Order: sequence, then structure tokens, then C-alpha cells
Amino acid sequence: MLAFIIRRLAQALVVIVAMVVLVFFGTHVIGDPVWMMVPGDATQEQIEQVRREFGFDQPAYIQFFRFLGDVMQGEFGRSYVHGESAITLILERMPATMELAFAALVLAVVIGIPLGLFAGLKPDHPLSRGIMAASILGFSLPTFWVGLMLIMLFSVMLGWLPATGQGTTVEIFGIRTSLFTLDGWKHLFLPAVNLALLKVSLVIRLTRSGAREASLQDYVKFARAKGLSPARIVGVHILKNILIPIVTVLGLEFGSLVAFSVVTETIFAWPGMGKLLLEAIQRLDRPLIVAYVMVVVLLFVTINLIVDILYSALDPRVRLTGSQA
Amino acid sequence: MRKTLKTVTLALATALTAPAMLSAQELKIALSSEPSAADPHYHNLTPNNAVARHIFDTLVTMDRLQAMHPGLAESWKTVDDLTWEFKLRKNVKFHDGTPFTADDVIFSFERVPNVPKSPAPKTSYVRGKYIEKVDDHTIRIKTVKPEALMLNHLAQIEIMSAKAAKDVTTQDLNAGKGTVGTGPYQFVEFVPGDRMVVKRNDAYWGAKEPWATVTFKFIKSDPTRVAALLSGGVDVIEGVPTADAQKLAKEPKVSLSSEFSNRVIYLHLDRLRKEASPFIKGKDGADIPNPLNNLKVRQALSMAINRPAIVDRIMEGEATPASQLLPDTYAGTSKNLKPVAYDVNGAKKLLTEAGYPNGFKLTIHGPNGRYTNDTKIIEAVAQMFTRIGIETGVETMPPSVFFSRASSGGPDKTPEFSMILAGWSAGTGEPGDSLRALLGTNDPKAGSGSANRGRYSNAELDALISKAFATVDADKRAALLAAASELAMNDVGLIPIHYQKNTWAAKKGLKVEPRTDEYTLAMSVRP
Repeated sequence: MLAFIIRRLAQALVVIVAMVVLVFFGTHVIGDPVWMMVPGDATQEQIEQVRREFGFDQPAYIQFFRFLGDVMQGEFGRSYVHGESAITLILERMPATMELAFAALVLAVVIGIPLGLFAGLKPDHPLSRGIMAASILGFSLPTFWVGLMLIMLFSVMLGWLPATGQGTTVEIFGIRTSLFTLDGWKHLFLPAVNLALLKVSLVIRLTRSGAREASLQDYVKFARAKGLSPARIVGVHILKNILIPIVTVLGLEFGSLVAFSVVTETIFAWPGMGKLLLEAIQRLDRPLIVAYVMVVVLLFVTINLIVDILYSALDPRVRLTGSQA
Repeated sequence: MRKTLKTVTLALATALTAPAMLSAQELKIALSSEPSAADPHYHNLTPNNAVARHIFDTLVTMDRLQAMHPGLAESWKTVDDLTWEFKLRKNVKFHDGTPFTADDVIFSFERVPNVPKSPAPKTSYVRGKYIEKVDDHTIRIKTVKPEALMLNHLAQIEIMSAKAAKDVTTQDLNAGKGTVGTGPYQFVEFVPGDRMVVKRNDAYWGAKEPWATVTFKFIKSDPTRVAALLSGGVDVIEGVPTADAQKLAKEPKVSLSSEFSNRVIYLHLDRLRKEASPFIKGKDGADIPNPLNNLKVRQALSMAINRPAIVDRIMEGEATPASQLLPDTYAGTSKNLKPVAYDVNGAKKLLTEAGYPNGFKLTIHGPNGRYTNDTKIIEAVAQMFTRIGIETGVETMPPSVFFSRASSGGPDKTPEFSMILAGWSAGTGEPGDSLRALLGTNDPKAGSGSANRGRYSNAELDALISKAFATVDADKRAALLAAASELAMNDVGLIPIHYQKNTWAAKKGLKVEPRTDEYTLAMSVRP
């Protein structure tokens, strides 16, 4: 188990280094960040001054080694635009994104699994067909459009829910969260629904196909023959067996919810890290982009690890050993 | 049925938002771009400056039309061409209770060039100005050469407290440590990515503000900002999208206010290359000598642009046709210049006279998403050029890519393109800086032509501009700048298209006084 974790972390390190190199030079090719920093009426002299101050006048490889030096000292670079440590900026906003992603994930599970089970166990029921049709919509409607429609309907026309922002937050263990106030929940609801929409559809489809397959298996027939109640067959025998793919996918999807909630955060002005990334890219804020990618890679590695450990809990046949990859 | 539903929901929405109107003490404003710091000297950027104006005062203030008024300086006079004397306002107190004196001015001037890792320092506003303290409420500023823009520059320097802001960093100021000014509002908190909150300064030396607290929310997405206003989440929004302006004007819950901005949208033409220009070809695709060096071609291009149509159809009325670098309400502009009239036949005739009866091929480059409707404007201009026989292509790119290529993407760090669309806002509120930066001969040492991406160069114009900068007398200076504007525009150094309008929308019952400098201030919002 320990060897397994160490090996995983070593792999993660390689991935992070590769990503940092790629992103650093990739953003370098795009353009000179100085133009995104100075005001339009800056003189040549001011522009040169800023270039020198930030080292943009140096060749790319020297800038890269300087950046590596900062990383080694735990600085991870300072955002060009904000002047603060890039990692700090990201970590400050992470709770807001986590909260949103978590809410979306819960919605996906709570809505997706029951509907998927129903559709899988009663595939010919008209309601099942309806669920499947709706899930296609969930897949294919673009997030930004749905988001705007939600705002239009619930905020502008009905006036039930606020359109933007995080609402009242309270500090719990030094983390700002809106999960403990009613106002916070009101603000969280629309963006969470928007973010969850695609995942709900995904969970419905996964659960349905899993349930259809499992319900034809011998052990289900046997359980039925034994006279077990349908609730127990579904709740224990079928559900437990189809959970493995769902857990895998949800684990990875949670990563993507956190890392790529950019669109939802922008539309709902949610103060999370996705919004930060978008602005960093537009302003070519290189340290911030690189730091973001590092955080996201770490996040995925951690999630994968947790998923693997969960596997062994769900399925005793899976063994976490150092020898197998 | 649909109509009733609409009426019902509308009534419901009004009923729900009505109680919020009663608490006139709290003001919520949505900004389209967020300040990068609460440190007023850190980043010379519109949202930073606008937010700083609430907390910090300047010696000289600019009103909504960018005219100068006394701020922390009560009065001023020029002792000689190189010396200015300022009387400072007495009995002004910082938010922490310490009195404001000449030492704070000296401290602020010393701080400006020394903010570490500043992405856009305000150094140029203090350079070459040497302050002497005469007494606690009198200072003298000496300059090396006559400084005509003294007041304009002083209007950009926020005065910080020498005591509270001593040795504080930008990070400290963001966290509220030392964020102490003399302004009408006091700093409460700054949450990057989300909001900035200020509260009324009850001891303010000027007129007291009606708002107990003001919250600036940062909402970048246009439709979301509009929705936030319509749903009552915020009271005022800036940057009303042109597509929504007309719709909002009909909305009973909302009032709009707009003003010409100091931002002109223009085309810069390649004048660097005498021979072939990289994105201009003959009709057969072969290299031709750069036709943009021919005055008649430039006149024809300007004449081919249907400015009223662009203003009307693309900008939905949120702009006004341009004749020069700033609207002619500003001092130093020329009243004689009018927007070039749209005339296809005249343009064709000029092209024929210039020796291009069949036109040529051209590509216009521009940013995508930097200026309001930038891509659409370029597309429209390209069609208009094609109509007079100049086959015009369009290539737009993200601003981060565009500006570095347009400024120095070519060989030897020269501008890469043949024709670009860009915008320029005159922060100083006069056309001198604009003329020097956009049309002055490119010379980094002399500080001229810094944004001259067309490399236009005209010795006569340079001389006029230099003379204007050395003239302290406001009227004489304005006359020189007006002459310079006429010279540059008649020679078609660049092609102005329109001046953008800035539009604010507020809940019915609130009045927003629109500003030309794009600043969104709580001080402009009145119940």
C-alpha cells in the first residue's frame, strides 16, 4: 500500500514537471504579457521599465530558470497582475470552487442514481424513455446558455433566486463558506444546478446501463429465486456491483468540476478559481497559469489515488500492491 | 397567455425588488473589470484608479468631463515657467484622524516610483517634478522644463498618509493595512475576484456622501451584469452592452445615462515601409509599393467608411462618428474638423487618380474582445473598402497576441501589420498626449510615438506638438494642439472611426452622472 502511494506520487511529480515546462513555454509563445499590463497610453520608456522589472527582456530559457528558482524557494512565482503569490491566490479561491463542485456532485448523485436505476430496471416504461430523452438534452445543451436561461428565469423573471455572487459567507476554520447560511444556499443553488446538469445526465446513463446489465446476471436471478425482496436486490446486489464504474467516473468528474468550472463561475460571477484562471489567461499572467495547472494536476493525482483506494473497499478482488501499476 | 404570464412575472419581480429600494443607504455597483489591487500606486488601470478615488484624494481633481478642479490643493499659481506653488487645504484629516500636511504629499510622490513589481507604475506623472515644502500647507513643485500637463498629472497621484502607509506593501494595502486616505469613503475590505467594500467617511472635508456603504461587485460577463441589475442584485452597472442598451432604455425599472468617452477607435496605417507592405498585395497577388504612402489613397479609405452606419448598426447608437483623436468638446481639439463624409464615388475617383483604378488587396488586423464590438467593426470596414475596389480580408486575434505583434512582431521589432484597428483613450483629458503617442515620430528616447504602430512621421507635426508641450499658457497651448490636430487629420495620419460612449444603467430612482473617463464612482450616483 505504502509503496503504491509512493510510486503514484513519484509519477505525479514527473507529470507536474512536464506540465510546468509545457505551459511555461506555451504561454511564452502567445505574446508579451507587458501589453496586457501597461495602460494603453504608456510610453516606450514605461514599457521597457516594466519589462526589465519582470525580466521579460530576458530570453525564455533564462526566464524559465528564474521561475524554477522561485519554485524551489517555495515562492511559486508572483502573479504579474495581482502582485501576490500565485499559489496563495489560487488556494484562497479554492474553497468557493470546491463548494460549488461538491454541491454539483451531490446533486448529480442524488438525482442521477435513482433516475438511472429506474430507467435501467424498467427500460420500457414511458417515464424511462422520458428520462433518457432528458439526459440527452442535459448532455447537449451548452452550459453557458443553460446558465443564462436559469438566471433569466429564476432571477430576472421570477425573482426567486439571486443572479450572481456567493452571498453571505461565514468563516469556518479560516475558510469562507456559504454552506451555513440560507442566503449562501440561495446563491449556490443556480450555479450548482448549472454545473451539475451534465453530470446528472452522465450518472443517469452510467447507472442505467449498469443496472440493465446487472439485472440479467445470474446472481440477481439467484437472489430473486431465493425470494429476496426487490428492494434488497436493487439496493444491495445490483447497486453495489454497478457502483465501481460510477465511483471511478464521478471521481474523475469531480476533478473536472473543480478544474473546469470556468464557464459557470464566469456566468454566475462566482468568486472561484476558474474565474481566476480565465482572467489569468486573458492577461497572460504566466505564474498564475502555471500554478493553476500544477494545482489541477495534483488534484487529479489525489483523486485518482482516492478512487483506487475506494475500489479496494468496494471490491475485495482489487489489491493495492506496489508491484502492479 | 404569454403576455399575461409576462405581466404577472414582471409585477412579481417589481414587487420583490421594491423593498430593496427603501434602504437607500447601501449602494451596490457592478463593475465589468476588477481592480488588481487596493494599492492606488500599484497599477495604473481604469478600475484601480476609479476605486482608489473613493478612498484617496488627489491634489487636483477631474470632473466628469475631465476639467480640472481644486482637490487637496486649494489653489495654485505658477511662480515662473519652471515653478508651481500649491496651497494645500487645511483641516483635512486622514481616516485614522491624523491631519493632512505637505509631508503626506512628499511621501506620496516618493512612493509612486518605488512600488515593487508594479505592472504599470505611475512614475511618468512624478518624473522631473521636485517638491519643496514651504510650510505645512504650501508646496512648490519645480520642473526641469516647462510642464504644461502639471495639473493633469497631479490629478493622477493619490495622496497617501505618510504615517499610516510608511513601509506598507501592496499586499498590506490589499488587506487594509495602511489603506488610509482623505477621500469621501473609507476602506472596508477587498476580496479579489469578488468585491470591494467601502463605507462613508463622516469626517470628509467636502460634501457628505448619501451612501453609508458601497459594495463594488466584479461581474465580468455582460449578460450576467444586466441580469444582476434586472433582478435587483445590484443597483448600478457599468459597461452596458451595446446590444442591450436599447432594450434597457424601454425597461421601466431601469434608467440609463451615457456620455461620450475619451476613447477613439481608429485605423492605423503602415507608413514604415516604403516598398512592399506585408499585408498589401496587387490584385494579382504580387508585391506592390506600399500604396498607403499616397495621400489620395488614405483619403479614399477614410471616405469609403460609412461612419454613421457603423455607429447606428454595429454600435447601436452607443458611439458617435469621429473626426480627430478626441471629441471637439475638449480643449485643444479643432472645431474645423468634421467626420469625413461617406462617398463611394469620390473614394473611387481618388483611387483612380492615385493610380489604383482597380484597387489592391489588403488585410486588416485587430484585437478580438478588447474594444466594444471590435471584430464587427473591422468586418464592416473591410466590406466598405471592398466596395471601392480594395479587396479586404480580416484577421482578428486575442488582445494578448494582437498587441505584441502589432507593436513589435515584424523584423527588428517593427510593427508587423499593414493596417490595424485599435482604440486610444486620452487619460489626461487633452489631445496633446494622444497626438504625441499615436502620431509623433517613433522615438523612445524623446518619449514620442510610443503607440505609433503605423510609424507615421511628420517633422512639422512633431515641431507643433513639442511647442505645445513647452507652452504653459492654456489658451495658446490649445491653439497649437488644434493646429496640430488639423495637420495630422488632413494628412490622414490615421483614420478615426468613432468615439465610444460609456453607458451606465441604474435602478429607477437613482441618477448616475456619466463620466468621459470611464470611471464608475459612487460619488456620481445620487438617489
